Amino acid sequence: MTSNTPLSANKPHLVVVGNGMVGHHFVEQVIAQGGHEIFHITVFGEEPHLAYDRVHLSEYFTGKGAADLAMTDGTLYDDNGVRYFTNSLVTEIDRKTKQLCLKSGESLSYDKLVLATGSYPFVPPIPGHKRDNTFVYRTLEDLDAIRDCAKTVTRGTVVGGGLLGLEAANALKNLGLETSVVEFAPRLMPVQLDEKGGSVLKGMIEGLDVKVYTDTATKDIVDGETSFHRMNFADGTHLETDLILFSAGIRPQDALAKQSGLDMGERGGITINNYCQTSDEDIYSIGECALWNNRIYGLVAPGYTMAKAAAGHLLGDVSVSFTGADMSTKLKLLGCDVGSVGDAHAQTQGCKVFVYQDEISQSYRKMVVSEDGKKLLGAVLVGDNSYYDTLLQYYLNAIDLPEQAQSLILPAMDGAPAALGVDALPATASICSCHNVSKQDISDAVCNGALSVGDVKGVTKAGTGCGGCAALLKKVVDNELLALGVEVSTDICEHFSYTRQDLYNMVKIEEIKSFGSLLEKHGKGHGCEICKPAVGSILASVWNDYVLKKEHISLQDTNDRFLANMQKDGTYSVVPRIPGGEITPERLIVLGEVAKEYNLYTKVTGGQRIDLFGATLAQLPEIWAKLIAAGFETGQAYGKSLRTVKSCVGSTWCRYGVNDSMKMAIDLENRYKGLRSPHKIKFAVSGCTRECAEAQSKDIGVIATEGGWNLYVCGNGGMKPRHGDLFATDLDDETLIKYIDRVLMFYTKTADRLQRTSVWMDGLEGGLAYLKDVVINDKLGLCEELENRMAHVVDTFQCEWKTTLEDPEALKTFRQFVNYDGADTNVVFVEERNQVRPATDFEKQQLIAKVG
Amino acid sequence: MVNGEQVALFYVPESEDKIFAIGNWDPIGKANVLSRGLIAHLQGVWVVASPLYKQHFVLSSGACLEEDICVPHWQVKLDGDDVYIAGH
Repeated sequence: MTSNTPLSANKPHLVVVGNGMVGHHFVEQVIAQGGHEIFHITVFGEEPHLAYDRVHLSEYFTGKGAADLAMTDGTLYDDNGVRYFTNSLVTEIDRKTKQLCLKSGESLSYDKLVLATGSYPFVPPIPGHKRDNTFVYRTLEDLDAIRDCAKTVTRGTVVGGGLLGLEAANALKNLGLETSVVEFAPRLMPVQLDEKGGSVLKGMIEGLDVKVYTDTATKDIVDGETSFHRMNFADGTHLETDLILFSAGIRPQDALAKQSGLDMGERGGITINNYCQTSDEDIYSIGECALWNNRIYGLVAPGYTMAKAAAGHLLGDVSVSFTGADMSTKLKLLGCDVGSVGDAHAQTQGCKVFVYQDEISQSYRKMVVSEDGKKLLGAVLVGDNSYYDTLLQYYLNAIDLPEQAQSLILPAMDGAPAALGVDALPATASICSCHNVSKQDISDAVCNGALSVGDVKGVTKAGTGCGGCAALLKKVVDNELLALGVEVSTDICEHFSYTRQDLYNMVKIEEIKSFGSLLEKHGKGHGCEICKPAVGSILASVWNDYVLKKEHISLQDTNDRFLANMQKDGTYSVVPRIPGGEITPERLIVLGEVAKEYNLYTKVTGGQRIDLFGATLAQLPEIWAKLIAAGFETGQAYGKSLRTVKSCVGSTWCRYGVNDSMKMAIDLENRYKGLRSPHKIKFAVSGCTRECAEAQSKDIGVIATEGGWNLYVCGNGGMKPRHGDLFATDLDDETLIKYIDRVLMFYTKTADRLQRTSVWMDGLEGGLAYLKDVVINDKLGLCEELENRMAHVVDTFQCEWKTTLEDPEALKTFRQFVNYDGADTNVVFVEERNQVRPATDFEKQQLIAKVG
Repeated sequence: MVNGEQVALFYVPESEDKIFAIGNWDPIGKANVLSRGLIAHLQGVWVVASPLYKQHFVLSSGACLEEDICVPHWQVKLDGDDVYIAGH
């Protein structure tokens, strides 16, 4: 591949030798900083392809093509006047005349030169290493050759059991070969793992039918008897194999630097300073060929940092420098989790070690801590990398370890300390999965002047997809602002300089009954979509008025305003309450008949009820009139309120049930069904310890025991699962309800807007012990008030749909148009699996075309 | 519905203009729902928050605050109990 851009004479000439990931990143950085306006840029690559993603090279064997792995198709270069030549090997630098020679014989001059020549695979000089059917694993061409060979043979062997070797072994296995790994060192991944970790990994890999030979030196490779090769080992044994793949480490590709007399390390590598300049100030070197502080960095991230530093320096910005990089790694090799952090080998003077090993589920974890036990120095993980992020944070940020530091590598058990807060989330943590926004992206946005959640949303798009990350996003933004020293406003919005908790107290103490009077007394302006529903919810929590009362209606979010859940096409879903999931056949038939009559898509929900989709605004009152006539009540699926109490059948039917979970579930659902809370609340009741109702993943979970009920609180499923905390055991019915009353009301009183109980608990100072103190020991003297408030809510329950149907004024709002009886023509359904669903844009066009 | 177009009418008695008319079509959520959004007063500007993905549209101009996109708006007048909307 070659570009057509001509060389311009009046700009200085920047030449980049090497077009791997790092060389490409350098060009990107230069372009991003406007360097292509200053320099004429020429790029040479030895390979036939422009830069591609070598980190994911193995995916070439699992369906990705060269185009998928490509980092550019040349457009970026063409658009910015960068000349590029692939298949072009630079063979000589004449530093005196500033000339480069190419293998083709051509030569050209440079003003600034960047060597991003990368590395080459080290092939141990074993006699026979150049035989046919021997390969290395670095380029797309290598992989093509391996694939071709693998088609005709059955056995493959990788020489080298390091990170790349195991990756290559995985590839051979995926090509269907009987695979072996031969490692010279006494264990696998000798750089990253300690002896025990290596041996656990070996066990796991052997469990996957890969033969592993450690501590094994190959003497020579000769013709095989049953296979193409025979590898003779130093101990006299041998291995027959058809294909050999050398992956015994990398060496810096530094021949060009050596030829031109640049300073080099004793064992190779081009010596660079913090701005990646070599001993010749007009020549930079970046990536795996560069030697910083006598060290080669064989990972892509440090290479990118070097690229950034070099590009900056070249263009006069010295704010970015390369000062080493953390080489901690986490990866999945042959399906096995492996992680290594910092001083994995416990080589620091005086360090102490914690080790956890589980031979049953095959996992091994080691923590290396400082002599005083306060800091984490390193860690090894094999079998389960879920511990990695937290450990890495402790290591990178030198955070003081918690008192029971070993808990960081022990399996989660009750009473374990909570994970680190948002400030401890790694920069790479994905906050918004819809728009793939990481914590780092948010941090960058804040640094660049986005000082509110709204601004950050505008810049990064985080939180504008499904919106499920809103709470987490706010925490991260607040945390970033705090880190910058910006005072974080806990104000709910621009209209109230108060937190939700403040507003709750005002409403209660000053007996404020409407948004208008609260705004008049304590707020400013006219309100917005943040404070209106929040205050609406507080008013409902405290006074429990009908939510569509004239003074409240404009406060309600769409779902609350029309007492149904808006779907993507503007239609609604209808969810009647089915307490505990128990329903008579007669009522089930009513649901079916209504769904049939209005052609509604019907689905059983996760909360054991039935959701009817596709109702238009105008249909909602008609549908509800029928449901209420049949004895149904609103399910409040639209509200920030109790959703469902999931249940198993319990002792009435089940052979194992120890208590009547069904009755308890129905009673609880009926008791709390009207409660408006900061966010939705879900319950479950299980009839025995088998926990079929999954109560421990709910805000309130109840599990029957021989002695009564165990109460779990603040669990969550959803996007950030949390097991409920065991709050109290063996409770009788009365005490159980008393405790739930108090916990829920305390939550309603003190939580932030849209804060689930799980997040509330994680942020509650004093945590579970404090909540127990408040609820069980009445530490704050609040319990009576909490119970009275709940009693008020329970006593004043009304089915909002029933009230609405009796109110002609409220019904008026359920119209699509004020001046037209027709339907919304954009609401179009198609049939799928014998039910309706919204048509896609494409389908709508097709339908219009047909009609047209 | 005005000349076959869905118009979202907002009556905001606290505002100077009292009444606003913008298109009902939410170009981001791709549904006719803006009339069902919550009205908000942000930094002195009256807006509606889309009930689908919560972007704000300025009631007097139809401009979206978060994205570079605009919905149509109409001249509108309140005369007693009658609402008059100017054709485009």
